[in-house]
Amino acid sequence: MTRKTKVATGVVAAIVVALLLVVSFSVWCAALKPYKVGAVFAITGGASWLGEPERNTVKMIEENVNAAGGINGHPLQVIVEDTVGDETKAVTAVKKLIERDKVLAIIGPSRSGTTLAVIPIVQRAKVPLISCAAAEAIVIPVKQWVFKTPQKDSDAVIRIYEYMREHGISKVAIITGTTGFGDQGRKQLKKMAPDYGITIVADETYGPKDTDMTVQLTKIKGTKAQAVINWSIVPAQAIVVKNMRQLGMTIPLFQSHGFGNIKYVQAAGKAAEGIIFPAGRLLAVDTLPNDNPQKEVLSRYKKEYEAKYGESVSTFGGHAWDALHLVILALRAVGPDRAKIRNFIENVKGFVGTGGIFNYSPDDHTGLTKEAFEMLTVKNGKFVVLK
Amino acid sequence: MSLGSQILQYLFTGITVGSIYGMVALGFNIIYNSTGIINLAQGEFVMLGGMIMISLTTTFKLPLPLGFLISVLLVTMIGAAFERLAIHPLKNPSVITLIIITVAGSILFKGGAMFLWGKGTFTLPAFSGEKPIFILGATILPQTLWILGIMGIVVLLLTLFFSFTQAGKAMKACAVNREAANLMGINVKVMVLFSFALSAAIGAVAGIIIAPISLMDYNRGTMLAVKGFCAAVLGGLGSNLGAITAGFIIGIMESLGAGFISSGYKDAIALVVLLVVLFVKPSGILGNKERSQLKKF
Repeated sequence: MTRKTKVATGVVAAIVVALLLVVSFSVWCAALKPYKVGAVFAITGGASWLGEPERNTVKMIEENVNAAGGINGHPLQVIVEDTVGDETKAVTAVKKLIERDKVLAIIGPSRSGTTLAVIPIVQRAKVPLISCAAAEAIVIPVKQWVFKTPQKDSDAVIRIYEYMREHGISKVAIITGTTGFGDQGRKQLKKMAPDYGITIVADETYGPKDTDMTVQLTKIKGTKAQAVINWSIVPAQAIVVKNMRQLGMTIPLFQSHGFGNIKYVQAAGKAAEGIIFPAGRLLAVDTLPNDNPQKEVLSRYKKEYEAKYGESVSTFGGHAWDALHLVILALRAVGPDRAKIRNFIENVKGFVGTGGIFNYSPDDHTGLTKEAFEMLTVKNGKFVVLK
Repeated sequence: MSLGSQILQYLFTGITVGSIYGMVALGFNIIYNSTGIINLAQGEFVMLGGMIMISLTTTFKLPLPLGFLISVLLVTMIGAAFERLAIHPLKNPSVITLIIITVAGSILFKGGAMFLWGKGTFTLPAFSGEKPIFILGATILPQTLWILGIMGIVVLLLTLFFSFTQAGKAMKACAVNREAANLMGINVKVMVLFSFALSAAIGAVAGIIIAPISLMDYNRGTMLAVKGFCAAVLGGLGSNLGAITAGFIIGIMESLGAGFISSGYKDAIALVVLLVVLFVKPSGILGNKERSQLKKF
């Protein structure tokens, strides 16, 4: 080795060492100041089919954001807490996130009941909360610190009724699950029917653990209903579908966006063909026209999620996707300041998410209109856009 | 749809649902008879039967009869293992301790099932097609006939077992008086093992035959156990014929109530019937009053 090459080697080594130092210093520096975001989901318990995809989604986003260098150089840290779908546990989790972890914003909870339970706490502590639950009571009346990403139940009802009006259906039978979701839907369906010239000729319910709904459907069969609306979020709704076919009923069946899980279609088998329901576009992204503004976001989310977790995406994970991306957007723009994050989100316009295109305003903390729903149907065991 | 065929349809539904309750109630009875306890994990045996069957026939593509046999065998083994590992090691346990152990078992089975199969709902193809049979304007699924038929066979086999076999008679003796049976040389602990295995087997059979109708998920057992327990109590704890009868009564009351009053009150109607019967006849419809006084619980 000549002297020259020795020097060159020395220089290279010095550069490498210096680089290593810089890198480790910046890592060390960044590790000092991560942006902490809290997430409270019903990961276990009866509502786990909501919380699990939500948790998976935020963990995936956290990884992707950090792999791409974080937010303005700061790593993103999502602290996930499990509420088990329980109000008391949700309150404890939110308090812990605010007081001990000092998070900048909170995503979740998954259920409407748990969200309503934690609202007073975030309002008092002045922490932005972006709920992944649907009930309108969360944002009506508007609460300063509370937002939500799922579409409104009433918009789903409007989409169904508009479709019925176009197709000359005026007498409907409703059958709803006796959970919070089903009950809210039942109230909305009954309230809005007169506005669309629709008469409800039968109003039946079933429990989330029921095994047979032929009785309720027999009653419906005895009326002059031109269509049935089944509003529920529990697996038992698949039995309604099967029982209708068993009774030889041929009138069209409409379902709520709570049917938006391909597992329900699999459970109902052939009987599910032709069901019509409003849902976010995520479920039928493959049949969406290419010029749809959401197509790119939806395909990317679906591809990434399914590749990582090996299971189908659900709209519920999509709600968490929207919520966390809103927070990331805000952090990028205004930095780690709770009040500024809140103000930023309130003025977000044209944010393309999985649930729709969000336009928040001081009077509207949902940010979505009825256009966020697309009418879908089941064809050959898959969700497709209804034409 | 005429009123007559509506009523007939309600009855068919009641019978379908009632036979499910009756099957679950049978499982409660067998363990109650030999141990004097209520096995609160009974619903989980039903769930396990259904879930294992679904896995065997849809994932492993086994033919139905083979899948049926293997599922029942596996659940029987799970029931026996549960007894050996959790119930058997206790010396002189009180009834309440045992019941709490079964609660723990129920949570364990449910959690295990959740890990194994996830939280999805699964379905089993019906044994002989899903084409409904029309009778006077009402419909009945072929699967319901399977349920009724298999339930009939199970009841028949149980009756034969308890009347004509040594083991069956020994179990019956334990049911009448455990201490006396012990003194007569019957190994009560072995009988307890038998009873857990037997009731697990019956639970599994119930789970398999109802899966095409009710769908199955890891959480399905609990509510079935509640309804089955109602049937067992209504029929008189320990009486197998009572359990089946009461299952039908509850099922039919539920469906008639839902049909003529309101589907919102369906569960309440069944429970009111239960309360009224117990108020009038605390030992249940076919329960023996004197015998129930001898029991601790």
